This record gives sequence, structure tokens and C-alpha cells, in this order.
Amino acid sequence: MSVALWVVAPYIALTIFVVGHVWRWRVDQFGWTTRTTQVLESRLLRLGSPLFHLGAFAAIGGHVLGLLVPKSLTEAVGVDEHLYHLVSVSAGTVAGLMVVAGLGLLLARRLTSPRVRRTTTRADKVLFAVLTLTIALGLAATVGQNLLGGGYDYRATIAVWFRGVLTFHPDPGLMAGVPLVFQLHALSAWVLAAIWPFTRLVHVWSAPIAYLWRPYVVYRRRAPLGARR
Amino acid sequence: MRVMAQVAMVMNLDKCIGCHTCSVTCKQTWTNRDGVEYVWFNNVETKPGVGYPKRYEDQERWHGGWQLDRRGRLKLRAGGRVKRLLNLFSNPDLPDLDDYYEPATYDYDTLVNAPAGPHTPVIRPKSAITGRDMAITWGANWEDDLGGAPEHAPADPNLAAMAEQVRMEFDKTFMFHLPRICEHCLNPACVAACPSGAMYKREEDGIVLVDQDRCRGWRMCVSSCPYKKVYVNHRTGKAEKCTFCFPRIEAGQPTVCAETCVGRLRYLGLILYDADAVLEAARVPDPRDLLEAQRRVFLDPSDPEVVEAARAAGISEDWIAAARRSPIYRLAMEYRVALPLHPEYRTLPMVWYIPPLSPVLDAVTGAGADADDPDNVFHAITDLRIPLEYLASLFSAGDTEVVAGVLMKLSAMRAYMRARTLDGTVAEDLLESVGMRAAEMEELYRLLAIAKYDERYVVPAAHREDAAALSAQAGGCSLDGDGGPGMSDFHPAGVTGRRGDGRLGLKLFVRDGGTA
Repeated sequence: MSVALWVVAPYIALTIFVVGHVWRWRVDQFGWTTRTTQVLESRLLRLGSPLFHLGAFAAIGGHVLGLLVPKSLTEAVGVDEHLYHLVSVSAGTVAGLMVVAGLGLLLARRLTSPRVRRTTTRADKVLFAVLTLTIALGLAATVGQNLLGGGYDYRATIAVWFRGVLTFHPDPGLMAGVPLVFQLHALSAWVLAAIWPFTRLVHVWSAPIAYLWRPYVVYRRRAPLGARR
Repeated sequence: MRVMAQVAMVMNLDKCIGCHTCSVTCKQTWTNRDGVEYVWFNNVETKPGVGYPKRYEDQERWHGGWQLDRRGRLKLRAGGRVKRLLNLFSNPDLPDLDDYYEPATYDYDTLVNAPAGPHTPVIRPKSAITGRDMAITWGANWEDDLGGAPEHAPADPNLAAMAEQVRMEFDKTFMFHLPRICEHCLNPACVAACPSGAMYKREEDGIVLVDQDRCRGWRMCVSSCPYKKVYVNHRTGKAEKCTFCFPRIEAGQPTVCAETCVGRLRYLGLILYDADAVLEAARVPDPRDLLEAQRRVFLDPSDPEVVEAARAAGISEDWIAAARRSPIYRLAMEYRVALPLHPEYRTLPMVWYIPPLSPVLDAVTGAGADADDPDNVFHAITDLRIPLEYLASLFSAGDTEVVAGVLMKLSAMRAYMRARTLDGTVAEDLLESVGMRAAEMEELYRLLAIAKYDERYVVPAAHREDAAALSAQAGGCSLDGDGGPGMSDFHPAGVTGRRGDGRLGLKLFVRDGGTA
């Protein structure tokens, strides 16, 4: 059971994530978009969307720091457990609340605005459900365990296991004693990864950073007839 | 000098009767799909009026186009690159659907399927977006022929700069129609604003397009276009815009809006321009110099030096020849009667307009004077500040002298031709007053009044071995089928020669109509 949850499931999700993205990129450039609905409703979006996105950036940054950077490295640069805990819990809570508030506004918008509601696809609905679950569990872990509870040092277990998965040395034993809320958060995150390539989330990979240095006006020659990219 | 060719358009506003045929045929061709119900690549507005979308000309609100920063550099009005990337999650300058209008349809089915009853079944408007019942309270041409103008038109941004009494009296004063498509600018703000680099200007013919495969739906183009001619398809989440009917242009055919224009007021042709001079022109300090700056970017296709450079740039002989016959070059550069729409946006638009004389003529008639008397009209042009200032705010960044000059020419042309036709005299004084020669004046008259299809639309086919396969529509008339009206000899040969009633057309000074 432990192998199925902490070794097999992650690799299935990662495979779908990678293969799914390659497939989608190749066959569905036309569908690769943010699917913006701002033109249909902008009042709630004006607040909700920046909250959600900026909160998500902070949360993703926190996950990179917490999961990918080994504890030994942060300690080597003089960040002890107490300081790390302080920063991660405070920043994590703020980021989590931003994401929850933003997502709440965006979901409310989707439900209350008939215009936006009509554009919602099945993939959107699945995505919103999984995303909400993952975020709720993540916030519960941060607030419930680390802020209000006694605190749990996930960097000794979850982070090591996660890096093991990425480096093809998975150790399911590390996840055995992890609190349930962290376990559920991790599992729902794998589900999110698995559906990612089939949803609007693909727009994340198109973040237009190159815009900062490209020339303003783009000239292109007409594609030769019959040549399709 | 880096020579590029651009397919450009001129519309003669005096001839526009506001029939919306261009809009309807364009919509049927391009935007009769889900997600773009509210989109009109071509729309016709009544001016004065707020337009479509509402008050799109108010760049204080929408931040479209370019402006100069303190150091005189060109900058998108919506802000620098970093600022706009920070606005990616919520674009503060994006119009709402209600700024356009909520598109409606009707439950026509009710008419057929309603159960028998004492009352005639009625249909109700349903939102094309939500499917719910709705009240229709706005549309793309809601202010048609000044409908509702006393209530809405004072919000026209062009009136804002004018004197107070104008706003109260304008609806008694004048009115004209303004058909609008994408301007296919030389310095397109939409292209510059696109974070994905999905929008581009074609090197061969200058048409500005959205690569549907590369667009990621960041919607910056929509807000940065000062003419609001890029739209969001809310179904696909991608940007769409007027394509200048490129499949037809590539096949040497005019755009659908031009082809179907009842008033024959649209002209299509090539402009050769110096791509290296574009940015220089777009950043002249005084907006009133933008018109002349843009004209300086255009190259004379008869100049051997230009021809040599065009050849070097890979422009083919037939395109250079077409540029020489271009009605656009003649109207914008030789007779100088065509003007760009809102040059102050600094995008160097390539759909130009011959401003309408009708507002002035209306005013002259309204004042009880004879609008056929050139003296009255000449005086009216300079004395009637209201229409002149209004036209200047549209076509010359507020420079009334430019617009007055064009109106003088148009008025002189009418009076000159009246003298020629009725009295058989050549009104030298009129020629002198606008600095034109008789041959020029009659060529202008011919081009504006009686130019035929091949003179109005000088579009060389694209150079692709199988351009013909691109032809959007097969040649011939769709009514030419069995029993259709096209079966009879609907179009007699040689329409340009002897007229139907046997009389000959007016002989002009110009040999073969002067179109070379």
C-alpha cells in the first residue's frame, strides 16, 4: 500500500504530466491559452485574479524552498530550524490566505456571473475541484499543523521523499509517519499534476517573460502554402 | 532605405450612406461564429456619437496607442513592459462586454412551435452569451443616423475638446457615417503590446494578423489598440481581428467590405514605404506633424531610386507597377485629399479617409444659403467652426487648416465640374484657389466619382505558385445558376463605354481616364 501511494502513484502522475504536455503542445496549440473571461466580467476578477496569481507565486516559491532545498543547505547558510519555521509559517500563511481568497473570488465569479458560467468547460470544473482541494489541504497543513499546532518538520521526511521521487530513488518509508493532512495534500497534488496538461493550467508555461526584451513590432513573412507548423 | 509594400485603403466619406452592407457582409464572412457574436471587424458609426465600443476614442480611459515619454521616446500609452506584465492578471484597460454590447438573438422557434391559442405567438430577445431573456439596450450601431444622439452623443470624446455650445447644438448641425476596419498600422500598438509575440505585421503586404496558434489570451492587444479593432473571442480565449481579407487580397481580390460597398466609396491599393523611417515618423514631437511625417514615410513608386530599392528588397515588378497605379497613393500623396484617422495615436494607420463635405453643405443649407454656390461653401468651410473642428479632431489631430484645405479641394472640384458640364467653361479661378491643374482636377473627379472596379481596387495577387487556389470565392456571380437572374445578360459588355441610353460619357481632358 505504501509503495502504491508513495512510489507508483507519483510516477504515474509524473508520466501523465510529461507525456500529456508533449502531446498537448504538439496537437493543440490552438487550445493552449489562458481562456480569459475578463471581457465577460471584470469587477470580481480585478481583485480575485491578482490575489490568486501572486499568492500562487509565493506558495510555489515556498514549496521550492521547502521541498527542493535540503535542510542541510539552509542550515549551512545559517538559517536554523526556528528561523526557517518562523519564515515558512508566516509567509506560507499569508500566501495561502491570498490564494484562498483569490480562488474564492474567482469561483464566486464563475458561479454568480451567468456569462462566465456559460464558458466553463468540464475540464475547468475538474480543475477547480482538484485545485480547491489541494489548496485547502495545503492551507490546513500550514495553519493547522505548523501555525496553531505543534509544528511538523516536513523537511526531514516529505522533502527527502519528494527529492527521492525526482531523482528516481523513492523511499516510501519516509512517508509512513507523516500526518494525514500532509499525506492528503501530497496525493491531491499528484492528481493536480496528472490533470494539469489537459486543463487551462498549461498557460503557466507560456508566461511571457521574453516580452521584456523582444523588439516591439514583430514582422513575419507569409508561411509558404501548405507549410503548417 | 528598406522598402516594404503595404495594401492600404481609402474611404470617401461623402459617399457613405450608412447602409451597413460592409458590416453585414464582413460579419457573415468572418464573425458569424460562437465567441465573436459581439465582434464587428467592420462597423459603421454615426458621427458625432460615442462609437463602438463606447467612447473607444477616449485614450485617457483606455490607454490605447502610443505616446512620447518625457525624453521624447515612443512608449505604449498603457505603460512600459514591466508595468504591463504586472497587469497580466487583470488588465485595467480592457473594455467589458457591455462597453461593446450584449449580443442578442430571438427564440424564433416559438413562432413555429407555439401551441394553438387566441394570441399570436411572439418571440423574445435572448442573450447570445447566456441564453437568458434580456432587454436590448445597446448595439454596435445604436446611434444610427443620430438616433438617441441628444442623450448619448455629447459623450463623444471628439466633442470634449470643443466649445460648450457645440455640444448643445451639434445634432442640428451635421452628421456623417464613419465605416471602420482595422487600420493595419505601420507602427501597430497591438503588435507591440502582445506579450506572446503572436501578433505580427506581414512583410509582404503589411497586413496585421494574430497567429491563432501562438496567442495565449493575455488580451493586451485589445486594450492597446486605440481603435479597439482587436477583440477577445470569449469561447476560444484568443484574440481575433480584421484580417484585411488576406485570402482574397492574396488572390488579387478586394476585401469583402470593399467588394460589397454599395456606395463604391472604398479604394484599395499599394503603398511603398520606408520601414526604416517608421519609428522616426511616429515620434515627431507635435501630433499635428504626424500626418506629414507619415506622408514622408511613403515612397514615390515612380522615383527610379525607389524602384531600384524596391527591387533590391525583393518586391516584384508587377507589385511595383501596381504601386504606380495605386489609387491610395494618388489620393493620399498626389491630390492629398485623404487623411488618417486619429493620427495622434502615433500608430501610423493605413486606412485613410477623405473627410466629408456634407457637414459643411448641410450647415450652409441649414443657414438658408445656396450650397451649390462655391463662394458660400468656401466661406462656410472657414467660418463654420463646428464641423471643421470636429473633423479636425478626427483626421488631423485638431489641425483645422489641413481639413479645410481638403474640403476646399472637394468643394472646388464640384464647382469646377459643374462649370465644365453645364457651362462648358474651365473655371481657372477655382483651379487657382486650390493650386491644381485642370487635368489633375478632372483626374481627381474621375477617381472619386466614376472610377470603375479595376481603378478603385488595384490589388496585385500574392506571389505564390498557387495563389489562385487561395481564392476565397470562385469567380462569377452566385446567381449565375440555372434560372437565376444571372442567366440573362445581366452585365452588358463595355459598361465603361457608351451609356445605356446611348449617350456618350463626358469627355475629359485626361486621356483614357488618366489611370495609366
